[in-house]
Amino acid sequence: MLAKTETATFLDELFDQGLLIDTGVDGLYGRSGLFEAIGDGFQALVTRYGGADDPEVVRFPPAMSRSIFEKSGYMKSFPQLAGTVHCFCGNPADHVSLLQTIEQGGDWTEGQKASEIVLTPAACYPLYPTAAKRGTLPAEGRLFDLMSYCFRHEPSKDPARQQFFRMREFVRMGTPDQVTEFRAAWLERGQAMIGELGLPFMVDVANDPFFGRAGKMLAVNQRDQRLKFELLIAIESEENPTACLSFNYHQDHFGKTFGLTTAGDEVAHTACVGFGHERVILALLKHYGTNVKRWPASVRQSLGI
Amino acid sequence: MNVKIRDIIAKTVELPGGVTDLVDTSDLYEAGMTSFGSVQLMLALEEAFDVEFPERMLNRRLFSSIATIRAALEELRSENVGG
Repeated sequence: MLAKTETATFLDELFDQGLLIDTGVDGLYGRSGLFEAIGDGFQALVTRYGGADDPEVVRFPPAMSRSIFEKSGYMKSFPQLAGTVHCFCGNPADHVSLLQTIEQGGDWTEGQKASEIVLTPAACYPLYPTAAKRGTLPAEGRLFDLMSYCFRHEPSKDPARQQFFRMREFVRMGTPDQVTEFRAAWLERGQAMIGELGLPFMVDVANDPFFGRAGKMLAVNQRDQRLKFELLIAIESEENPTACLSFNYHQDHFGKTFGLTTAGDEVAHTACVGFGHERVILALLKHYGTNVKRWPASVRQSLGI
Repeated sequence: MNVKIRDIIAKTVELPGGVTDLVDTSDLYEAGMTSFGSVQLMLALEEAFDVEFPERMLNRRLFSSIATIRAALEELRSENVGG
């Protein structure tokens, strides 16, 4: 009965058009060829805006070392979002009881043991220790180009809040001046890039979703120090637009944590600009509709589709 | 009260130069306290003084020195007496 009066959501529309594919789990979706083609166009656009800086391209799988994850301090701030990979490590007798438990509909996951792998929460996490291993940064610092599927456990019906999503990132490492200049430049570039796509946006100071009451204070600190800016576009709601790009200054957090040093033997500072791959695709689909053939020619040209 | 606050800082916050050279108005962030250090300090103060900092007090400035912490604790205490 409800179905008749209920209005179809944007997610329903994406499923109906076959752009996203339902897997039975909120926030875990397949993508169609067209969805991916729009995304490829967007990635090429990002490369066009950022490629002139000649970043070093690095790609990691969507998982990272558990010990590095522990060292990163992620659990201090976002324990609610983390995903760990657990595996069966038992003997044949354990296997028999495992199968029995599954058969009986019991909790077969109880015996699963944490593996050495954790799901990547943000594309840049595996990078810092890798960069630190190379030794002191050169005088000009370093710049990396990353892209990875990331995982955050936050089941939702909002298609812009998926549990597995892709994040493209440019990460700058160097002196405070080098990394803040990088972030300031991208704050401008990011707006020019989204402007080229004709999407209405706003830029605002922001905070990460730190956990708990202690997290409130971390969030206030982050805002006070203007460490995070987001470029927001309305997707699921006009009142609460979605962060599609973020511009982050980590100060010396990762430098200190992973022993990154500058040519002047100071603790390195880092900053990154992140592009929410699916979010930008969804913003385009929301704004211009799911029939890509009807999108403005200039937008299709920018995306090469 | 300042001695107790100083004691809690010494136990919960890692400062490269320790707490002995700090005066009551020294900036704890300048002395090396991290954002996360300030959160640990906040939680430790709540436990030691049996108070709960309301949301409006959860900011960077409030935990920036022994003097500002003391002022906040006194404000909370007077609110409790009044209420």
